[in-house]
Amino acid sequence: MLLIPCPWCGPREEAEFHYGGQAHVAYPEDPAALSDEEWARYLFFRDNPKGVFAERWSHSAGCRRWFNALRDTATNRIHGVYRVGEPRPVAS
Amino acid sequence: MAERRSPAAAYAGRFEAASRGEALRLAELPFLTQINVRVDPSSPAAGDLGDALGVPLPVEPNTAVRAGSGADEVTVAWLGPDEWLVVAPEGYRLELLRKARGDRHGSIVDVSAQRTTLLVTGPRARDLLAHGCALDLHPGVFGPGACAQTTLARAQVVLIPREDGFLVLVRSSFAAYLAEWLLDAAAEYVA
Amino acid sequence: MRRDDGGRIDRSRVLRFRFDGQEYTGHPGDTLASALLANSVRRVATSVRLGRPRGVFAAGGEEPNAVVQIEEPFPEPMLPATTVELYDGLVASSLAGQGRLAAGPDPARYDAVHAHCDVLVVGAGPAGLAAARAAAATGARVILADDQPEPGGSLLGTRDEVDGVPGADWAAATAAHLEERPEVRVLRRTTVFGYYDDNYLVAVERRTNHLGAAAPAHMARERIWRIRARRVVLATGAHERPIAFAGNDLPGVMLAGAARTYATRYGVLPGRRAVVFAANDGAYAAALDLADAGLDVAAVVDPRPAPGELWAARLRERGVELLSGHVVTAARGDGQVSSVEVSPVSSVSSGGVSSIDADLLLVSGGWNPVVHLYSQSGGTLRHDEAIGTLVPDASTQAVEAAGAARGVFALPGCLADGTGAGARAASASAPARPVDVPRAEEPPEAAPLAYWLVPAADYAGHFVDLQRDVTVADVRRATGAGLRSVEHVKRYTTAGTAHDQGKTSGLLTSAVVAHALGVPVAELGTTTFRAPYQPVSFAALAGRDRGALHDPVRVTALHEWHVANGALFENVGQWKRPWYYPRPGEDMEAAVLRECAAAREGVAAMDASTLGKIDVIGPDAGEFLDRLYTNLMSSLKVGSIRYGVMCRPDGMVFDDGTVIRVADDHFLVTTTTGNAAAVLDWMEEWLQTEWPWLRVHLTSVTEQWATVALVGPGSREVLAGLAPGLAVGVDDFPFMTWREAEVAGVPARVCRISFSGELAFEINVTSWDGLRLWTAIMDTGLVTPYGTGTMHVLRAEKGYPIVGQDTDGTVTPHDLGMSWVVSKKKPDFVGKRSFSRADTMRADRKQLVGLLPEDPDVLLPEGTHLVATGTLPEPPVPMLGHVTSSYRSAALGRTFALALVRGGQGRHGERLYAPVGDALVPVTVTSHVLYDPEGARRDG
Ligand SMILES: [Zn+2]
Repeated sequence: MLLIPCPWCGPREEAEFHYGGQAHVAYPEDPAALSDEEWARYLFFRDNPKGVFAERWSHSAGCRRWFNALRDTATNRIHGVYRVGEPRPVAS
Repeated sequence: MAERRSPAAAYAGRFEAASRGEALRLAELPFLTQINVRVDPSSPAAGDLGDALGVPLPVEPNTAVRAGSGADEVTVAWLGPDEWLVVAPEGYRLELLRKARGDRHGSIVDVSAQRTTLLVTGPRARDLLAHGCALDLHPGVFGPGACAQTTLARAQVVLIPREDGFLVLVRSSFAAYLAEWLLDAAAEYVA
Repeated sequence: MRRDDGGRIDRSRVLRFRFDGQEYTGHPGDTLASALLANSVRRVATSVRLGRPRGVFAAGGEEPNAVVQIEEPFPEPMLPATTVELYDGLVASSLAGQGRLAAGPDPARYDAVHAHCDVLVVGAGPAGLAAARAAAATGARVILADDQPEPGGSLLGTRDEVDGVPGADWAAATAAHLEERPEVRVLRRTTVFGYYDDNYLVAVERRTNHLGAAAPAHMARERIWRIRARRVVLATGAHERPIAFAGNDLPGVMLAGAARTYATRYGVLPGRRAVVFAANDGAYAAALDLADAGLDVAAVVDPRPAPGELWAARLRERGVELLSGHVVTAARGDGQVSSVEVSPVSSVSSGGVSSIDADLLLVSGGWNPVVHLYSQSGGTLRHDEAIGTLVPDASTQAVEAAGAARGVFALPGCLADGTGAGARAASASAPARPVDVPRAEEPPEAAPLAYWLVPAADYAGHFVDLQRDVTVADVRRATGAGLRSVEHVKRYTTAGTAHDQGKTSGLLTSAVVAHALGVPVAELGTTTFRAPYQPVSFAALAGRDRGALHDPVRVTALHEWHVANGALFENVGQWKRPWYYPRPGEDMEAAVLRECAAAREGVAAMDASTLGKIDVIGPDAGEFLDRLYTNLMSSLKVGSIRYGVMCRPDGMVFDDGTVIRVADDHFLVTTTTGNAAAVLDWMEEWLQTEWPWLRVHLTSVTEQWATVALVGPGSREVLAGLAPGLAVGVDDFPFMTWREAEVAGVPARVCRISFSGELAFEINVTSWDGLRLWTAIMDTGLVTPYGTGTMHVLRAEKGYPIVGQDTDGTVTPHDLGMSWVVSKKKPDFVGKRSFSRADTMRADRKQLVGLLPEDPDVLLPEGTHLVATGTLPEPPVPMLGHVTSSYRSAALGRTFALALVRGGQGRHGERLYAPVGDALVPVTVTSHVLYDPEGARRDG
């Protein structure tokens, strides 16, 4: 059971959170201007790295805030969390 | 005409029976006023809401403040960076807060019937909740002045520690489940 | 047999028990294994594959042989007799590798508890006690967990002294001291079995098992401890390892340390005359203790050239022959050991064998640190040549091993190691406090020899895994077949896969593989250990989460009335919703037809409180909803209501419901019952992560309100009677508007919406008042209560889809025939771009249609496939779609269904076939709106 450090509430058990997939995949500015292929890329394509991955989590059973976390997908270690809108920190 | 009914009303007798020993007291505190407040904490509206409540909205996560007494006694629990839960006696005037907000952005929603309040006190209160709550409930870590939204057993709750135990605020539809769970977990302490 | 004195058993009390039908006695302090040995029971199990007799081999949880079935007081399969504390009335039987589950439900209680500490010490042997003592001295919060009923670990089975007193006394005093501290918890009978991320460890405490039938019913029999520790000290000790030689599975072959424990801790001599076969000095101490306890120790056989003079002298004093430079080549006997064959190392293969009469052969190939938890934590292991085994190497979490668990076997070293580890662990949380290291005598120690396998021509009787019946010959067959990896050999031979998980056999298997391949053991790499360390019952893991508490049951404010009035319930997510209210003699079909008729012809009411409700408040609330719903919400007037659909960005329907405009800056959104939490999460996600500048706040009010749907041509009249102040006429209160009113004396919001096509009102009151409102409605005597069974029929007759039943995440609004709900004016909303993708514009997408079976009595099972022809072609059969909803309709006087059918909107009037059982049932495709398509009934 991971302890995930909510940027507001502090470390809480994994079960209090919802996973939100890859971070920094912004909704396109003007979807109508995209080709079908570009739109499909937004809809269906995500990274799947082995190593540090910036991903979104929601503290759904707590403060209900969405935030970003840098998690190493190989070790499960969370290298940092940051609030929506904050830049991605450099992984330690 | 039937009376209004609180979500754990059916458990009053069993709560009382479980409270006969020294170890635990279980009870529902029905019909408390509960108000969900959403406002930018740095806005003037937040300040005015604090004035109306008699205590500033706490901005530190996982904290709750108490102020006033009697009919004005309020507990204001931090729920999120722009969200609070005000718990007050029945009859507390929601309009005071609406007036304090004025026409500025922010929301004041009556959620009195959304959750009910269970009181879990006594020397074994902490042990009882530890059966289903993953937070560290040690008084040095989670004592009066703290609060948390978390899960107890399989229900989401707002936990507010008091001197002698805890307020457990639970969604009304989960109240019967949580009451059953508490009574089952309490069996060891009340037998 | 039982010694006359000694041991930590209470001879003044006699416990009666039965094993394989035979009555025996033992004493408090015994395990089932020690009591059987005290009664000279040698054969305690039959081996799983070969049917060979097996005896007690170890004294702890690593026991591979003596795995028994508990019969009474409650059946429990596959427990090592070495871990079963004896109690009065115990009934057990021997097994042959497989136990039996209880036929009935387990009446015992099980629970779980969360605990937090600065330092968790696992194991209360000398290192663990020293660690806990040092950590506790700083004031840190300490948990000390140990799997035995009393602390002391190895000290309970030896005659070693600590701080000038017997080790067991020192352990008891130290534990008592620890327990006096308010921030220290000592857990006995508690096995830490799993080590997970972020220093989360899980243990099982056996709380009343040892009380047998006397266990108090209100106490949890077993408790799962979920421990979050800042730092962990693993003082888990070591397991003695066997040596492979011919007949090494016979009853009477036993680990040397185990025999010492039986003599010292349990006051039991496990035989009369023993040979000790060992390649390390620890076994000499065991031999001496056993000789002093009255066992006739015939010889110590040691492959090493010569042990230290001190050991030799002590053996001589007791008349024990020392055969250094010798090995045991075989244990012989019929059903149990009766003689031991010994040979000089130099002539093992060329004969030169002598025989010693003995009924006990005590073996020690060395000691393996118990590194399971360390490995589970993510720590790496390395092979230590000097002691021939795996030891902890590098940790990835805040953990260290201490004492025998990291290869420090001598008592003074364990005490110093534990003290240091405990102090270091606490220093993360509390100021350091110097602590004395408890003192103990340093034994003379010569280098151990990692000795595994006695060479032979035939390895069919050299066992490596006693529980799986795997021999050296089996392992060599695997390597002979070309397997090189130990992991592969284990899978091929099943060595190490029994419920002891190879605690005694794992490393021996590796050594035999290495021997067969002619490589050093270290080259084979290390094993990764996985939880659980010991088998844990599912009942313990389930804890309180079973029966009625297995999953939360959510109920509405009206639930008590539904129960009292005989409703049957349907599970919708975690909710219990009334399904139908059968009258005496009615089955579901009859009840639903009656309830449907009441709603269409009279007046009926349903508890609709489970719908999700979200307050959307703020100056940008309208714009926010415009972005999420496919249709326009910002244009909605205060006082009005609009139906809306939400899609995912891929254009597929996610949820639907009504939106009420309460005030300029306030909307109330309803969601489907099952999606309430998901929709709120979804809205927050867009608001927080994509449009944080929108001035909107969301608050769930699902349970703030109880909702009653009052349905039918008579509903206006009933409402008028309950709400005299409310103008209910069709012009005063038009469709899709809402009014504040007092209904049955209760403040209410009344909405004119309909999910049935009939004139209908949804009355919302606070959930405290829900029962009052409902009772008042029922007290009119005019209203029939109805449940979800009827609701489904009524809505399906009108072609209203249910998200999640008629949709499955691959269905667009257009597929549902609801193009009208998709705005063409809005520049964008979530999902819009996908509607112009080629795939969503295909004409042959699956679309919602109605189906009328040609036989009006045939009810199609939901999920039934649809095909084009009345005889099935050769597979693959082209599938055109499937039935999503299917009912009997009172209003239509026949059965009907909704279905998703390829190009369905163009197939109205076509005949398709539904395979039901062996038949192909002909059905006609129709519009999905089957009842009152012109909407004439809406206004009553
Ligand atoms: Zn949080």
